[in-house]
Amino acid sequence: MSGEVVLSLRDFRVTFPTLFGDVQAVRGVDLDVRAGEILGVVGESGSGKSVTFLGLMGLLPKSARIEGSATVRGTELVGASSKIMREVRGKRVAMIFQDPLSALNPTHRIGNQIVEMIRAHHKVSTKAAMSRAIELLGQVGIPQPTDRARQYPHEFSGGMRQRVMIAMAIANEPEVLIADEPTTALDVTVQAQILEILQRIQSESQAAVVLITHDLGVVARVADRVQGMYAGRVVERGNVDALYAHPTHPYTQGLLQSLPTVGRDRLQPIPGSPPNMMDPPSGCAFRVRCPHAVERCAEEMPVLRPIGDQEAACWRADELRGVSLR
Amino acid sequence: MLRFVLRRLLWALPMLLIVTFLVYVALRVGTDPLASYLRVNQRASAKKIQQYIETNGLYEGFGGYVRGYFQWLKGFVTFDWPRSIKGSREVWPEFRDAMMNTLRLGLVSTVLGIIIGLALGVYVALKPGGLRDSSVNTAAFVAISTPPYVSALILQLVFAVYWNRWFGSSLLPTSGVYPPGQRGFDLVLMIKHMILPVTVVVIQIVAVYTRYMRASLLEVLNSEYMRTARSKGITERRVLVRHALRNALIPIVTVAAIDIGAILGGLIITERIFSYPGLGDFFLGAYDNGDFPQMMPWMFFFTLVVIVFNLIADVSYAVLDPRIRLGR
Amino acid sequence: MDADRNDPSVDTTDASVGLASQSLSPTRMAIRRFVKHRAALVSLIVLGLMVLFVVLAPLTARYGVNEAVFKTSPENPNQFLSPRSIAWLGTDDIGRDLYSRLIYGLRISIFIGLASAIFGTILGVTIGAIAGLRGGWLDDVLMRVTDLFLAFPFLVTLLVLRSVMSSVSWLEPIVGKPTSIRFVIVLFVLFGWMGVARLMRSQVLALKEREFVEAARALGAGPVRIVLRHLLPNSAGPILVALTFSVSSSIIGEATLGFFGYGPQPGAGSTSLGKLVGGAKGALLPGYWWLVVFPCVLLVLVTLFVNFIGDGLRDATDPKLDGAR
Repeated sequence: MSGEVVLSLRDFRVTFPTLFGDVQAVRGVDLDVRAGEILGVVGESGSGKSVTFLGLMGLLPKSARIEGSATVRGTELVGASSKIMREVRGKRVAMIFQDPLSALNPTHRIGNQIVEMIRAHHKVSTKAAMSRAIELLGQVGIPQPTDRARQYPHEFSGGMRQRVMIAMAIANEPEVLIADEPTTALDVTVQAQILEILQRIQSESQAAVVLITHDLGVVARVADRVQGMYAGRVVERGNVDALYAHPTHPYTQGLLQSLPTVGRDRLQPIPGSPPNMMDPPSGCAFRVRCPHAVERCAEEMPVLRPIGDQEAACWRADELRGVSLR
Repeated sequence: MLRFVLRRLLWALPMLLIVTFLVYVALRVGTDPLASYLRVNQRASAKKIQQYIETNGLYEGFGGYVRGYFQWLKGFVTFDWPRSIKGSREVWPEFRDAMMNTLRLGLVSTVLGIIIGLALGVYVALKPGGLRDSSVNTAAFVAISTPPYVSALILQLVFAVYWNRWFGSSLLPTSGVYPPGQRGFDLVLMIKHMILPVTVVVIQIVAVYTRYMRASLLEVLNSEYMRTARSKGITERRVLVRHALRNALIPIVTVAAIDIGAILGGLIITERIFSYPGLGDFFLGAYDNGDFPQMMPWMFFFTLVVIVFNLIADVSYAVLDPRIRLGR
Repeated sequence: MDADRNDPSVDTTDASVGLASQSLSPTRMAIRRFVKHRAALVSLIVLGLMVLFVVLAPLTARYGVNEAVFKTSPENPNQFLSPRSIAWLGTDDIGRDLYSRLIYGLRISIFIGLASAIFGTILGVTIGAIAGLRGGWLDDVLMRVTDLFLAFPFLVTLLVLRSVMSSVSWLEPIVGKPTSIRFVIVLFVLFGWMGVARLMRSQVLALKEREFVEAARALGAGPVRIVLRHLLPNSAGPILVALTFSVSSSIIGEATLGFFGYGPQPGAGSTSLGKLVGGAKGALLPGYWWLVVFPCVLLVLVTLFVNFIGDGLRDATDPKLDGAR
């Protein structure tokens, strides 16, 4: 984690106005991603992990209200003109989506979809773009890329489709690559292959990669750093090895405990369910499910602060850091 | 692909024969051509009746129907059509003129209706949920719930009858292709006579296609590949045209081809009210007289049209949607 | 804080008050969605009032169906009176009150609409379920034939069916005379089952492979039981929607036949919307606007209300739409 900061969020917020009130999906996220690192973002569904990154890309419904700051090497994205956003999307920040079948246009040939991505940002002929697209398909391990480029998404298997998505995402050598649950829809064996490709691509290009997932195993395998999100806020962040060894925030502890491990008979799920984001609990949103909650948790919202090598947003982080999991 | 089209074509011919045979039997039973003939020619001798049965293939029993059908079919394809019962007139010239009139009315209103309907559907789908959406949607619902004769009656009442009362002359003619006594071609008069019938048919088509297009486009706009398209950094215009509109139109093409029956149905009713001498008027006239020799070519022609359009629907869908194209 | 918050078995609902709507039963959720469709709700209420009005016809109508507003005398004729206090919506060619006749006419039309829709739906569901379960050539033939029938102009199909039904003499005791109401209902049932059959077939095909049906089959349930206990309840939504639209198309169908003079002639003592709308033709040129406007408007309104209800039901029974709105 030596590279310079590429993507930087400050007090980033996303709110969805609805008939019944505002849903506060993301409530003040600070975050830096550096060139050459893979940041894992974990959390339950509804924790705001995907919404944060869709929001900074401007890919949420028009009604979504986005506040705070999100910069890519100094370029502010919040409130940016559509011209700037167009230059950022696909060129400087690229995305990989969860379900590659529905994320690829079913009526366009694979090759053309990649060509479109290239030609949106580079003034090259269709022919040149196509040969680049075929080269990219080869790079992500698709056999016979020349023939495959002429096929349609439904002729590809799930893993192959996700490779296509990756090829498309790296077509313009983006500075930031956001992978939103890239392996969730895939078989376990295929998952491993896709992660391997992601890792290889990343080490070759030195892009900053954000890997959004609810699968802690995936993060452990490829990420350098990991951050846990809960109820639209970052609750803990640190190096993968350190954080997995000494989770500090009760939520992260709970997540790790709910992970099946050899030698533990019983999984311990976190009791309760994520809060209603229309009216989140006061103070720390996790307190209603937290076994260690005290009065202060309801009164003040904890902020992310350094605890040893990591950061955690918990009033009792110092005491809880030592709690052994096993 | 070619095999798929060929297979559909091979299906179409037996379908045409089976359906027209069923129609033949239905009309033989339903209109009883011999009885109609006897009603018109009450003093026909037994020999003449027998001759009429022979030339028209009006045999009884299932075997008789089959024999009669093929006899009729042979005459039909060789343009040796039996004469109408009422007035013993040649059927083909009248049928041809009616077909031309219907084609003109149908083409103009279908093209206008589909263009307006699709445009309106896109206009609404791009901003769903607002006042614009709900008012267009309600208007479409009212139009769908209004049978063509009702809108025709109201239009006639306003533009012909009451316009005449208020301003001394009616604004638009309400019947026929030309005023009585007109000879030869006159474009202005023809257009004037077509305005009201075209309006009636267009209202129906616009209502249906606005809703189709709105639903289809909304579904596409909510799909995930639209998000991918936006994430590529291409212009919003290109996102809409290349990704959204293109995909939204695919199911509509199919519906358009199948809908031909509904459009023709609306035409029949509209023609009747405006005394427009088209195929609808032709059919209803023949139906009232129980005129089998006039009805059978009509039914054959319509079955052919319906089958051909079904075929076009299947094939166009296969051509446009790659998932179907290679899936079969 | 909460004493039992450590208990993993704690019910998820108390932690998520805002998500409580998800725990409603499907029927309650459907009702909630229907109520949110404002046009459908208004239509249901107004149509309900109309039906009440029509059922109570002897009370709500001002005159009998064939009663003239007053005895004619040369100095004050009662024909073609424009709307006035003794005849709110005017009178027709023989001095009968249009308002009262509309009530009696709507009564017959709604009856025809409901009866044909219900019987047509039952027939369609039966045929569709058989086609879907049996499959094979029966299914092929059925779907090809209905394809064509549905693609044909409906007036032509109705007229041909009508002439066949009225020429087969042994059918007459069953279906009645071509001008009877029973005949028209049978005609609409024979015509109207096709759309429902296609729908039911596709539902059966989709549900047939689902686990709960497989499970029932594995437990030895017969096809009839599977259809009645598993397939029908699970496709009730779309069928109900189809039934509603079938009511409006039957009402329109009756009016269309009536308009062109092929409709039912419901004896002395009653009339139908089709007859009344048909009567508008003759009133057009002389400019008796009330005889044109009122029957037409009533027909359109009733159809519109039924269609809105159908649309509301579609929204209510299609959970897919939940996220989209």
